[in-house]
Amino acid sequence: MNWKFRVCPTTGLKVHDSAETLIQVNAVTAIVFLLVGGALALLMVLTRWQVVHILPADYFYRLLTLHGIAMLVAWIIFFEMAVLYFASAVLLSHRLAVPWLAWTQYILMLVGAAMVTVMVLMGKADVMFTSYIPLQAHHMYYLGVILFAVGAILGCIVFFATVTSAKVEGAYEGSLSLVTYGAAAAAIIAILTLAHGAIALIPTWLWALGVIPMMDPEAYILMFWGFGHSSQQINLCAMIAIWYLLGTLTVGSKPISEKYCRTAFLFYILFVLIPSEHHLLVDPGLSAAHKVWNTGYFMHLAILASMMHAFSVPAYVEVALRKKGYTKGLFGWLKEAPWGNPAFSSLVFSVVGFGFLGGISGVVYGTEQINIISHNTLRIPGHFHATVVIGTTMAFMGVTYYVLPLIFKREVAFPTAARWQPYIYGTGMTIFSVAMMFVGGFGVPRRHWDITAADAVFQLNYGPVVNIGLAITAIGGILAAIGGLMYCLIAVATLLIGKKIPQEA
Amino acid sequence: MSINVPEKYWWDIPLDQDEKTWIKVAIVWCILLTVMMPWWHISGNQNPSSEFYRITTDNFDKLTDKFIAKYKVGEEEGIDVVAPPANTDVFVRGSQWMWEPILKLKKNQTYRIHLSSVDVNHGFSIVPINMNFQAVPGWDYVLTLTPTTSGEFHIVCNEFCGIGHHTMIGKIYVE
Repeated sequence: MNWKFRVCPTTGLKVHDSAETLIQVNAVTAIVFLLVGGALALLMVLTRWQVVHILPADYFYRLLTLHGIAMLVAWIIFFEMAVLYFASAVLLSHRLAVPWLAWTQYILMLVGAAMVTVMVLMGKADVMFTSYIPLQAHHMYYLGVILFAVGAILGCIVFFATVTSAKVEGAYEGSLSLVTYGAAAAAIIAILTLAHGAIALIPTWLWALGVIPMMDPEAYILMFWGFGHSSQQINLCAMIAIWYLLGTLTVGSKPISEKYCRTAFLFYILFVLIPSEHHLLVDPGLSAAHKVWNTGYFMHLAILASMMHAFSVPAYVEVALRKKGYTKGLFGWLKEAPWGNPAFSSLVFSVVGFGFLGGISGVVYGTEQINIISHNTLRIPGHFHATVVIGTTMAFMGVTYYVLPLIFKREVAFPTAARWQPYIYGTGMTIFSVAMMFVGGFGVPRRHWDITAADAVFQLNYGPVVNIGLAITAIGGILAAIGGLMYCLIAVATLLIGKKIPQEA
Repeated sequence: MSINVPEKYWWDIPLDQDEKTWIKVAIVWCILLTVMMPWWHISGNQNPSSEFYRITTDNFDKLTDKFIAKYKVGEEEGIDVVAPPANTDVFVRGSQWMWEPILKLKKNQTYRIHLSSVDVNHGFSIVPINMNFQAVPGWDYVLTLTPTTSGEFHIVCNEFCGIGHHTMIGKIYVE
């Protein structure tokens, strides 16, 4: 067999052309969905800002459903497929095993995402991202989600096949690199999670087709979150793998202890999947002991893993910078860090935002009693915008600034705008998340078109503080939308007009 | 580098002292978190309810109607107002898109609130004190409620339940 490779002039890695193409198509598709989801996000914040209130009720709910799908599902998982192919084929300097299967992954996910998008836009799936039954969407909506998930599983299989064939064919000796190891953890979690998705969604699809009766609504909630929350742990592992990758790419940091980092990833695989009952803390159906056990005991071993990474990522950056001679005082290394490199500033926002805003708020709101005052309030979207947007999305954005020259072989266009982009986006999202969590503390519901209830029999007044809080949320959201648009434009401009980087044959 | 294969026998290389210290700190913190939740459950006096029963939506519908007929004292905006005595079973029904009935409760008296939905999931959010529970069709969720503040409270639906979701507002009076 003949496989076409090129040697990357920057890293010396051998890049298989099929791997390169598949990374490109998945990444570009991801960015298209980010652009769509970002435009919708702007409409969302401008509707929840009561003074502006731009969308009518039906379009608000419809587009909110699509915002969730476009961002949390399409943008993140398409990008993760690119990450999996990068971490296997490129980092191991090996061919991508079974390229046709990888193309099947891409086509299934694209068809699935397109079906879901069309169904939602046609108004046949006003069910939100969670699609809690007995609310029913058109059966094509569920089929779209299922096809997307099957595609993602195929991507994981391609990843493992590539790693295995690299081992068998002697592309590497000994253990995987840390980044590939982290990606493998993400892929293992993905397969387990998507199995829950099948348990929740295949019966729901058959129910929508009229083949079988409806499953119990509470059982659906339990299974859905086995999929819906646990799939966030795929993002978590992929994000942390990228943290290590960015540490290496931006400042040349290396793991001080491989054992330490890998044990933390192992804890994720073993423990992070279990707790999803914090979505059911104020639901009927499960005993308190069951919920406390599920959300409490094991989660804290997963938290141990997060705490370990929270130490090692900044520590390795510090060590690398000190080795470069920035040893002045306790924080001299921090002052000399490459703050003008958008990949580095994205990394910092991602680590700090994920840990301090997203992680801590999640553990707090997932506590049995505190959940009474958090469930379905704006605290929840405040929390997960800190994790999946400031955390995962900013890590992905940061790595894009390296993917563009290394995989797309073009210099990043508008370098000055790129330098500012993480600061604008990160600041906007931080304001947005913090303001949202603050407003949620007053009990303001999430996914709600009009908290004055002007059309209802009784009207509501949450008070002036809430109104100001929602306005600040919107301003943060607008700032983030500008930063997000900058990212998309920089990426697209690089692909179209970026200066080509010469390659050796 | 984290993108390169690690040196052989990496698992034999001992951890750095800083890493060891941090793991110890983190383990202590995790134990603390793990102990806190059950401890709080036992020592605190405001836990989410663990009392629930399976019930068909038809039966819950009938029980709510019977409850309303028994204790009805009036109407407000076309919705029945009921004033149940203390220590009774009180039924609150969520449906697209209303909470029924309107309750008149007495301060410092205890009631057993049976919460459910007869169509899709709803969210039972008491405003402005901000307490939130899920109303799930097919499940009778029993909340033991003792109002400690008098006044007028609203029940806001905070689980998306269709296009009229934001108009689903109920009321509780505490005297």
